[in-house]
Amino acid sequence: MAAACLRLVWLAPLLLGLVDGGRAEPPRDALREELVITPLPSGDVAATFQFRTRWDSDLQREEGTDHYFLRYAVLPREVVCTENLTPWKKLLPCSSKAGLSVLLKADRLFHTSYHSQAVHIRPVCRNARCTSISWELRQTLSVVYDAFVTGQGKKDWSLFRMFSRTLTEPCPLASESRVYVDVTSYNQDNETLEVHPTPTTTYQDVTLGTQKTYAVYDLLDTAVINNSRNLNLQFKWKSPPENEAPPVPFLHAQRYVSGYGLQNGELNTLLYNTHPYRAFPVLVLDTVPWYLRLYVHTLTITSKGKENKPSYVHYQPAQDRLQPHLLEMLIQLPANSATKVSIQFERALLKWTEYTPDPNHGFYVSPSVLSALVPSMVAAKPVDWEESPLFKSLYPVSDSSSYFVRLYTEPLLVNLPTPDFSMPYNVICLTCTVVAVCYGSFYNLLTRTFHIEEPSTGGLAKWLANLIRRARGVPPL
Amino acid sequence: MAAPGVAATDLEVVRGKRAALFFAAVAILLGLPLWWKTTETYRAPLPYSQISGLNALQLRLMVPVTVVFTRESVPLDDQEKLPFTVVQEREIPLKYKMKIKCLFQKAYRRALEHEEAALSLGSMQEAETMLAKSQKQAEGSLTVYVISEHSSLLPQDMMSYIGPERTAVVRGIMHREALNIVGHQVIQVAQAMSLTEDVLAAALSDHLPEDKWSSDKRRPLKSSLGYEITFSLLNPDPKSHDVHWDIEGAVQRYVQPFLSALSAVGNFSVDSQILYYAVLGVNPRFDPASSSYYLAAHSLPHVINPVESRLGSSAASLYPVLNFLLYVPELAHSPLYIQDKDGAPVATNAFHSPRWGGIMIYNVDPTVYNASELPVRVEVEMVRVMEVFLAQLRLLFGIAQPQMPPKCLFSGPKSEGLTTWELDQLLWARSVENLATATTTLTSLAQLLGKISNIVIKDDVASEVYSAVAAVQKAAEELASGHLASAFIASQEAVTSSERAFFDPSLLHLLYFPDDQKFAIYIPLFLPMAVPILLSLVKIFLETRKSWKKPEKID
Repeated sequence: MAAACLRLVWLAPLLLGLVDGGRAEPPRDALREELVITPLPSGDVAATFQFRTRWDSDLQREEGTDHYFLRYAVLPREVVCTENLTPWKKLLPCSSKAGLSVLLKADRLFHTSYHSQAVHIRPVCRNARCTSISWELRQTLSVVYDAFVTGQGKKDWSLFRMFSRTLTEPCPLASESRVYVDVTSYNQDNETLEVHPTPTTTYQDVTLGTQKTYAVYDLLDTAVINNSRNLNLQFKWKSPPENEAPPVPFLHAQRYVSGYGLQNGELNTLLYNTHPYRAFPVLVLDTVPWYLRLYVHTLTITSKGKENKPSYVHYQPAQDRLQPHLLEMLIQLPANSATKVSIQFERALLKWTEYTPDPNHGFYVSPSVLSALVPSMVAAKPVDWEESPLFKSLYPVSDSSSYFVRLYTEPLLVNLPTPDFSMPYNVICLTCTVVAVCYGSFYNLLTRTFHIEEPSTGGLAKWLANLIRRARGVPPL
Repeated sequence: MAAPGVAATDLEVVRGKRAALFFAAVAILLGLPLWWKTTETYRAPLPYSQISGLNALQLRLMVPVTVVFTRESVPLDDQEKLPFTVVQEREIPLKYKMKIKCLFQKAYRRALEHEEAALSLGSMQEAETMLAKSQKQAEGSLTVYVISEHSSLLPQDMMSYIGPERTAVVRGIMHREALNIVGHQVIQVAQAMSLTEDVLAAALSDHLPEDKWSSDKRRPLKSSLGYEITFSLLNPDPKSHDVHWDIEGAVQRYVQPFLSALSAVGNFSVDSQILYYAVLGVNPRFDPASSSYYLAAHSLPHVINPVESRLGSSAASLYPVLNFLLYVPELAHSPLYIQDKDGAPVATNAFHSPRWGGIMIYNVDPTVYNASELPVRVEVEMVRVMEVFLAQLRLLFGIAQPQMPPKCLFSGPKSEGLTTWELDQLLWARSVENLATATTTLTSLAQLLGKISNIVIKDDVASEVYSAVAAVQKAAEELASGHLASAFIASQEAVTSSERAFFDPSLLHLLYFPDDQKFAIYIPLFLPMAVPILLSLVKIFLETRKSWKKPEKID
């Protein structure tokens, strides 16, 4: 979270197909919105907005999905800025006029140390037999503020300090509009911190495998937006918290390129399972552009120094300029281990018009996608998706003992061998010079006439010699 | 010793001269053409003369009119002259480089048995249905029935009748000049049903010089292969109004029949959306007299811009988008009325913007506020709304109110809201417009290619140009022979081919190849090669001149 990792991923509905609710009939045109605020002891504050819109459609769901139409596409790097936020906000029913969306002010949202913005669209069954479907549009925006740095060493925060706005009214179209504040470790004693205004209700739940407590503010509850007609959540640390290390997630990953030179290289993915005693499988999906020619026989997976055989490998080779490599593997991660997946590749030479305008910057390789059912520490009750808050479905619980996580590793930047782009001109110049030199001497040889020059008889020497000769009486030269 | 030596040197000099000349000859005869050929930009031949010929194209629009005489419509001796054909020609005066002539080809004939029977029926509707059963008329053609002077089909004071199909009825006359009088009436009716000057002027409005009427004539959408129609419900105040509209049903019931009647003109796609918190760009004024708010006519142009940024449909479509907005004003600003230039409220409470779409303001019935608390549930009366939107849609497609000749009865359109001959009128106009567009595109492409010699013309671009030219010519021919449907299709082909040629990306490939780079590449080769050749040529030239002058002196 230290580096600003900006990504805008448009996910096909199929990628989200894992979560399939639809037990209860969703209301027509239902909008639910919520904001989850998680203050961290370090002074970072994470805020996650979620907006979910549903509408009915007459499209009938086909029997099964035709996998021929499955598409997966990634843009490895996109600099996210206001021009991504504006159309995203336009999709919200209340635009940015009412409800939680008033907080979405571009100049504050992009002054953060982390920004992630997403749009998900998927069909949802309206009844158990799935005879009719609704479409669900889910928009999420997560930002992390560094309150410690921006607040000159203070770790207190408020909505106004984060967003330079306060909540004034609920969106009239929303059937649910709530703010959740994570108060897990602080609510036992009111000594460490204070939340103002005092929450009327709290919500307890198991998220990411641990027990969490949230203070809930329901905007549709008229008492919440008080007489001053606005809600400005404030959070004060009474005694400065210990700088404890943040909890390490059970699954995290890292990716890098190794090797030297411009011919060969190696893609490495490190997968960490920090769970003390449970092993779990991870599905790794990699798409690698065709100009990195993968050597599949060099694919090695090692964990704890031993070879780890994947239980499932699907590989689709690349075709030059047509399709990238697709590599999918199911790997079992042993408990408390780091697993290294590495594969060697050769860098291809591109045609000279295929290079980007700044070829020496390198070429981006898309992140690999990890999907896993991570075992949780605390058993979670199975819940009804329609009833529980939206953020629950970010990490849906499949059964009581594990929850689903999808991780994206960092994109890679790989240098390709770049030609000297002035080479054609140099070649032309050199060839021309060689041709000109050859031609010149040949031309001279053929057109010049050569004849032997009579040595010219020396003037003064001859006259002197003749003078002496005449004096001697010898005939002159 | 000296003489043979001199001879040998002379021989050498001559050989050197010959070698230099040979070098020059090879360089000029072989090298230059080779260089020219290998570095040439590929330019496929184009029909330049035909393209410039298109500008002087004379469009002859022929309207085939069949005039059918019933038994007692005209005097007997006139009837005996039947059948025969008369062509009436009329030039349409437009300030346009194309000359447009309108031909009415009137084919006179006697009525057949079933036609006699149909026209002797009691009412016009029955007669029409019976006539429609018997024959199918081609696009663009018209049939005019001349009935007896005393027939009860027409009301007494009416002289003619124009039906919803391609038929009309004219009252005959017993007179010595009967054929002339009837012929004049037929032309009047046929003109109203087919080509009028206004229709063509509106079609060519983009190509005509500006005049004071031009803004009105620029209302219709430009011709295109398809159109996208978006209905948007704007609810700026969802806290007080919970607005519902049955747009799906309304589109099915009112818009779809109209569009399927228009389907010959292009593909249509219809979508709808509801936008909340979308406000107009102008603050309405309060009128204390009627305690209502109003938008003045002069402020209407500023209304659209802030709304348009939220409509967002134009980005997703290749075709022109028509927007129809239904605006339910905020509680604080209702009721809201649109005032015209004189300050009187507009009856429909709607306005349209040329080539963009229409906006209608829908005021909520004030009595509902008393009954229940906010938000008030509002069900939009779709009939009222669609009436206005359909009228605007007609205007935006350039279907003007028909101009009737005097004493003419007009039946009104069928249930689709469009008469068949109005559709024909639209096809005439669109064909002419397409031809004008294609000609302009081709002419400017030819001009551009003539001016810039760096542009590569690939074979496929050339073939597009050829097919566009052929399609223009075919469309013109079909128009002249009165085949409207095929002429329209050909004109559409002409537009698509010409645009495809004009916007082909391959035209840009070498456009910006700068001259200094060319010199930088050529100089290292050409300079060292050309200098010795030129120098020896100069030397040879000087020597020969000297040797020519010498003999003169001796003489």
